[in-house]
Amino acid sequence: MEFKDYYATLGLQSTATQDEIKRAYRKLARKYHPDVSKEADAEARFKDLAEAYEALNDPQRRAAYDEARARPQRAPMPDFGGDHGFDPNEGMNHSDFFESLFGKAARGASSQRRRRATAEDHHARILIDLEDAYHGARRTISLQDRQLEVNIPKGVREGQHLRLAGQGLSGEPGGPAGDLYLEVGFKPHAHYRVDGRDLYLDLPIAPWEAALGATATVPTPGGPVQLTVPAGSSSGRKLRLKGRGLPGDPPGHLYAVVGITVPPADTPASTQAYEALARTFPHFNPRSVLEA
Amino acid sequence: MMTSSSNPIPVVTGVIVEDDIRFTLEDLSRACGAEHAQLIVLVEEGVLEPGGSGPHDWMFSGASLRRARTALRMGRDLQLGEGTALVLDLLEQIEDLRAQLRRLGAQNR
Repeated sequence: MEFKDYYATLGLQSTATQDEIKRAYRKLARKYHPDVSKEADAEARFKDLAEAYEALNDPQRRAAYDEARARPQRAPMPDFGGDHGFDPNEGMNHSDFFESLFGKAARGASSQRRRRATAEDHHARILIDLEDAYHGARRTISLQDRQLEVNIPKGVREGQHLRLAGQGLSGEPGGPAGDLYLEVGFKPHAHYRVDGRDLYLDLPIAPWEAALGATATVPTPGGPVQLTVPAGSSSGRKLRLKGRGLPGDPPGHLYAVVGITVPPADTPASTQAYEALARTFPHFNPRSVLEA
Repeated sequence: MMTSSSNPIPVVTGVIVEDDIRFTLEDLSRACGAEHAQLIVLVEEGVLEPGGSGPHDWMFSGASLRRARTALRMGRDLQLGEGTALVLDLLEQIEDLRAQLRRLGAQNR
């Protein structure tokens, strides 16, 4: 088992005062708290921080830790191995290292960590495809002790929760099972950006399509549709496909955001075509808006 | 640990909390794994705004679940106290701004 350097986790020397430990924890906790930070490893970093703080903030535990730290080998540490009810989804569980040093009882002793033993057995996350939310879907989730097939209702939005009645773990043996709540996340999509029920799609068009108008085949979660691009559509124009976003009451819209893609002038003919275009519009000034 | 193949995996239907569920104080307290008293404090601090005249008939919106859980986590980990409501409001504003950036496709350009 790896010996954890709790002082390094908090960016401190082992001579730090209790006040310094508190300040260092608070500062880093604000930075890495998973509700605040969007850094990918925030959750793991915060967990390390919280554990380090829990070990060092309590003078008795700190003394025990310092003693173990001072041992020449920093080992052998008793290795209980295995997992102690680890919930991969959530929870303030301690590392094996922490528990080998302070015992599993430390979890209960840290009064702030768990107010009800079952709190963390009632929440998990599920990552779905946008199409699952559009059509509704059935997905298998793996919990710590079992698997469930979940019917995902049509129209669920990113960040919402699904309640699975009676699927939480019961608080006490024989007690009633609580409900299980699944927080819904969407996997990133190749084409669409999601905003509530609305979807945004970048629609590349050719310069002549932008000028003359065109009919473009556009993917939507319900299948491709023909979209009329009006003549004179500059980049950034949003074309709304009413009700083609995620279903609901009212359903969301799908917005195709026009972007002009310019073919290269890499042959004499294509160069001449652009030059002819320039001669045709001698007074066209796209930057007139920048002139005072 | 795993359900064996002869034992089919149970099928359950999810209900969208934010759209279709309202919570009593007891419901929300179970869903968050928190004591009534902790939620009452959150109401006093303005984090949660239930309908009703008092704890016995409070009804919390489905969206209260996320807000309550975030407030409890942050309160526990960061000792926020009375600033919690403000912090949650600011976090929601940041989330709205992030959504706006996504709409504009900022990450693609």
